[in-house]
Amino acid sequence: MIRVLIPTGALGLGYDRAALARGVAARPDIIAVDGGSTDSGPAYLGRGVSKYSRATTRAEWRDLMLARAEAGVPLVIGTAGTCGADAVVDWLYDITCELAVELGQKLRVTRLYSGQNPSQIAEAFAAGRIAALPAAPEIDAETIRACTNIVALAGVEQVQAALATGADIVIAGRTTDTAIIAALPIARGCHAGAAWHGAKIGECGALATTNPATGTIQIDFDETGFTMEPMAATARATPYTVSAHMLYENSDPFLLHEPGGALDVSGARYEALDDRRVRVEGSVWRPAPYTVKLEGARVAGYQSVSLTLVRDRRYVAQIRDWTAGIERRARADVAARLGLSEGDYAIELRLVGVDATLGDLETGGALPAEVGVLAIATAPSEAQAGEIGKILNPYLLHHALTEEEPMPTFAFPFSPAEMNRGALYEFCLHHVLTLADPMDAFRLVTDEVGHG
Amino acid sequence: MVELGQIAEKIRSKNAGPFWLTIDIFCGGRAVFDRISANLDTPRVASLFRTDPDQIKRFDIADLNVVKFSLPRPAVQGTRADRDMHGAAWAVLLEEFRID
Repeated sequence: MIRVLIPTGALGLGYDRAALARGVAARPDIIAVDGGSTDSGPAYLGRGVSKYSRATTRAEWRDLMLARAEAGVPLVIGTAGTCGADAVVDWLYDITCELAVELGQKLRVTRLYSGQNPSQIAEAFAAGRIAALPAAPEIDAETIRACTNIVALAGVEQVQAALATGADIVIAGRTTDTAIIAALPIARGCHAGAAWHGAKIGECGALATTNPATGTIQIDFDETGFTMEPMAATARATPYTVSAHMLYENSDPFLLHEPGGALDVSGARYEALDDRRVRVEGSVWRPAPYTVKLEGARVAGYQSVSLTLVRDRRYVAQIRDWTAGIERRARADVAARLGLSEGDYAIELRLVGVDATLGDLETGGALPAEVGVLAIATAPSEAQAGEIGKILNPYLLHHALTEEEPMPTFAFPFSPAEMNRGALYEFCLHHVLTLADPMDAFRLVTDEVGHG
Repeated sequence: MVELGQIAEKIRSKNAGPFWLTIDIFCGGRAVFDRISANLDTPRVASLFRTDPDQIKRFDIADLNVVKFSLPRPAVQGTRADRDMHGAAWAVLLEEFRID
């Protein structure tokens, strides 16, 4: 039996400290925590940065390093620093080194790098080793080379290789959410279907329980299945909370593709052992050729944004005429003064309170008391985006619906009115790379850090 | 006619990666599940999202009393056209959708 302790759904999200202490006392074989996902958008991968604060990450990682020392077992983080790019693996490594000294711990730390060289990925594309997944964007070698970061999602094999270095701590770049949890059970001969299925159930911490905010759970894996138990006194796992978790952020609730195969849970059986533990058996691992998924982000322009508040009842009632007039005047200025043609840039005035969330798909219709006009200028360079934002400014401040009325003025919450938000990134890969050996696209670096 | 959000326990939309959206209708019980499963037809859902019905994957899961739809994201996550980074608000279209 292999016991995996999962402190929280993601480092930075928080957890119940008493639950973590209970988990450590239950003598786990490994502590595994997720550090990221694509869910917050492409900028984190594009820039190679974490979305969580360094102070929060440091505080929670400190707790986990103490828990690891007490349990005397490896601590593994997957998709470190939100995106798992090499730079952010090193960012967490630096935090780890600081904490090792502070806590008086002497540690063997292995970094598993998932970053890819765009030129080599472009060559693999040309060689036919990259295949598109459903709904993937069209790509060519130029798209791939334009990526500021590309990562491959490691599976259990790469995490197992990192653990085999004898590491006390593994800081992994991009991995699948499940790989860090499934790696040790599979290495020790537990049921492969159960290992992947339990890992999927556990990857969001206590989300598959009645009290998600408590974070900490443990999963016991063996030769026939797995048993899931929340560590907080206030949380319960039920056959419903566990089985329903396969729906979460999954386009197919019965099939999960992973490096080297797919998890099929269509025959899984969920049984309540008592009022807080659930036993699962019957999931199947279906081996397939070894591929790893790729994620890449590139710069798709630069943006300047501003917010104008329109509270005047007549203007609210005719808000589309108002924004159309502003757009027309600004576009004429952009052509005449910046020399940009229509296809080179974009101006969008989104109506907060009307349809800013759903756009063309909006089906509601009541007139709001006020409208926030979110102006978004996108251009090839940061300077051009800033210029367009400033060209919009006088119109957003004073544009009148008719020529006969006194000049109106609208509410701006900020000075300066425009915020240059830098590069707009976009995900441009939804593809898999075929590997002859699982380690072909990954690198391991092991160091001794701290003292004690 | 009734809005789905008035009879379902919860309707949730989430990203399933940057390129897919998935929407889970938790019906809360068998009677509501049977009603939604029978009366919510996929082409009407497709028209709500202005997509082709062939693009929609549908799962009617009686064991969970859940009806699930997955479809290519109306705008790829984080692109200039995207308005909802986490895909959180598209559930509203189904919450306010009326069925028999």
